[in-house]
Amino acid sequence: MTTIPFKKPGVTFSEETVAIRSDHMSKWFTLRHTRSIKEAVMWIAKGRKGDLSEKFKALDDVSFDIHDGETVALLGFNGSGKSTTLKMISGVMHPDEGYVGTRRKVAGLIEVGAGFHPDLTGRDNVYLNGAILGMDKAEIDSKFDDIVAFSEIGEFIDTEVKFYSSGMYLRLAFAVAIHTDPEVFLVDEILSVGDEPFQKKCISRIKDLVRRGKTLVVVSHDLDLIMDICERGIVLEHGKIVYDGPSVGAVAKLRDRPAADVQREQNERVERRLYWKRDERRKAAEEAAAKGEKYVPEYDPELDDPADLDDPTKVKRTKGL
Amino acid sequence: MSTSAPELMTPGKGRGLLDVFRNRYLLRLVVDKEIQIRYRGTVLGLLWSYLKPAVQFGVFYIAMGIFLELNKGLENYAIYLFSGIVLINFFGEIFGNSSRSITDNGGLLKKIYLPRQLFPVSNLFVALVHFVPQLLILLIACLASGWHPNFKQFLCMIAGCVIVAVFALGLGMIFATFNVFFRDAENFVDMIMMVATWASPVLYLFTMVQEKMPAWFYYIYFANPLTVAVELFHYGFWLPSTELWQHWHVPAHLMTIWTPVALLIAFGTLFLGDFLFRRYEGNFAQEL
Repeated sequence: MTTIPFKKPGVTFSEETVAIRSDHMSKWFTLRHTRSIKEAVMWIAKGRKGDLSEKFKALDDVSFDIHDGETVALLGFNGSGKSTTLKMISGVMHPDEGYVGTRRKVAGLIEVGAGFHPDLTGRDNVYLNGAILGMDKAEIDSKFDDIVAFSEIGEFIDTEVKFYSSGMYLRLAFAVAIHTDPEVFLVDEILSVGDEPFQKKCISRIKDLVRRGKTLVVVSHDLDLIMDICERGIVLEHGKIVYDGPSVGAVAKLRDRPAADVQREQNERVERRLYWKRDERRKAAEEAAAKGEKYVPEYDPELDDPADLDDPTKVKRTKGL
Repeated sequence: MSTSAPELMTPGKGRGLLDVFRNRYLLRLVVDKEIQIRYRGTVLGLLWSYLKPAVQFGVFYIAMGIFLELNKGLENYAIYLFSGIVLINFFGEIFGNSSRSITDNGGLLKKIYLPRQLFPVSNLFVALVHFVPQLLILLIACLASGWHPNFKQFLCMIAGCVIVAVFALGLGMIFATFNVFFRDAENFVDMIMMVATWASPVLYLFTMVQEKMPAWFYYIYFANPLTVAVELFHYGFWLPSTELWQHWHVPAHLMTIWTPVALLIAFGTLFLGDFLFRRYEGNFAQEL
């Protein structure tokens, strides 16, 4: 039984399709920093005795292969090393021991808005952040309208970002990030963006990426959502991998419950959701039929095949989705 | 998809400064941003980058030129002074801003990988934007006082700019790396900038150093790339605008020995800066 509530392209497991390889990766963090030269000089003068600062092992011998098209969740409680792992993959940090390698273009939806400057207009920030995320000018130009539409910023696009509400700020940042087109997406705790309709749109967009066979590495505490999106889960505890397998098993491990129960609840939840979605569509179609109009449903990655998007009679996509 | 699988690569291991030039578009946007926000919300805007050196020049001219009577011994002392000040300001702007650039952009560096050399290098270009107008003012002043440079003098001006730009960027990268681990670095930078104005013949003549100090000091004095660059500027801008005999003369071996030495030191500093930067950039994210 699969946890993902829709069909996604299969994954080939071979040496050639390894998208991310982590090989015995370890990382230490310094706990106490001595930010003064005096202490450092004293330490050297005393013959480098002892450690200048305490060390803390954030990642301990972490090894995994992620293949093209896999959707993987990194799970664990706070401080277990999930985000550190993601930072290793994106290249923000380097492992102290071991190896991490990536193939193809990797982009992070990591804490969106990090590259936003409050004194620039929304438009300038879209270009700046797009470039930071690895797009070139032509690419941003072609996606600019989609980005603005997706963010629902509208006429405020030429206003300085410092006057935006925090929701608008996050929406624009997320819109830029989601319009980059890498082969591998790294997603860190950003699914809690904006109000509920916007959140739904974001999640739907991410499901669409999964449906199209993109590789995804997700860090989130929303375990139900993880089971919707990811087929595989890696559970970290104090920097060590304690579980690597189907995401339902990972969630079961975290919740300390039998996997069969978690699976059953997940199936019920998905079924209920899909039932209501179909019901809504049926009602909308009946309403349209009563008015004598043709009903074209909004594209939903959980119900429709992305290939249908090319056929305007089957599904449509609005709001830059 | 897997037909032509590229090799697995280590993420975040850049090729140093070369990476910046592969990301020219991003560099341009970052430079644009820096320029836009520099004088945001000010009434005078870009005018500030003229006003500040103008006031600085005025103060030095009155104090050094009139009170200490340096303008009596030197024809066109104003141009002599300004050509040095312009260059030292250029140095200070690159050096000061680039050494702070990594700590200032910590929030971004911690979250997204991008070639981090971008930030020091962008400060070089931002400084250029403020340097060129000042250079134009200097040129106008030179032309007004009958400037007639030859080709060699033109080359010297260019060499002076290159030495300062490369040397300042190299020092900036060294101190930017240093600054991540020890915030003391910022104070060192302020100190160096204060010393820089006086450690090169901006306000006085190099002959004064020659007369008052032992020979070994003179050699150390000229090993400073800034001294060489300032003298190259004096030779290029100030000398062709004078007509009388000057107490100042072109320092011995300025173009044959000191300029190549200065270029060597400047590029050596840049390579050292790039090396240190690459060596430690993997730790930037966790230290910031």
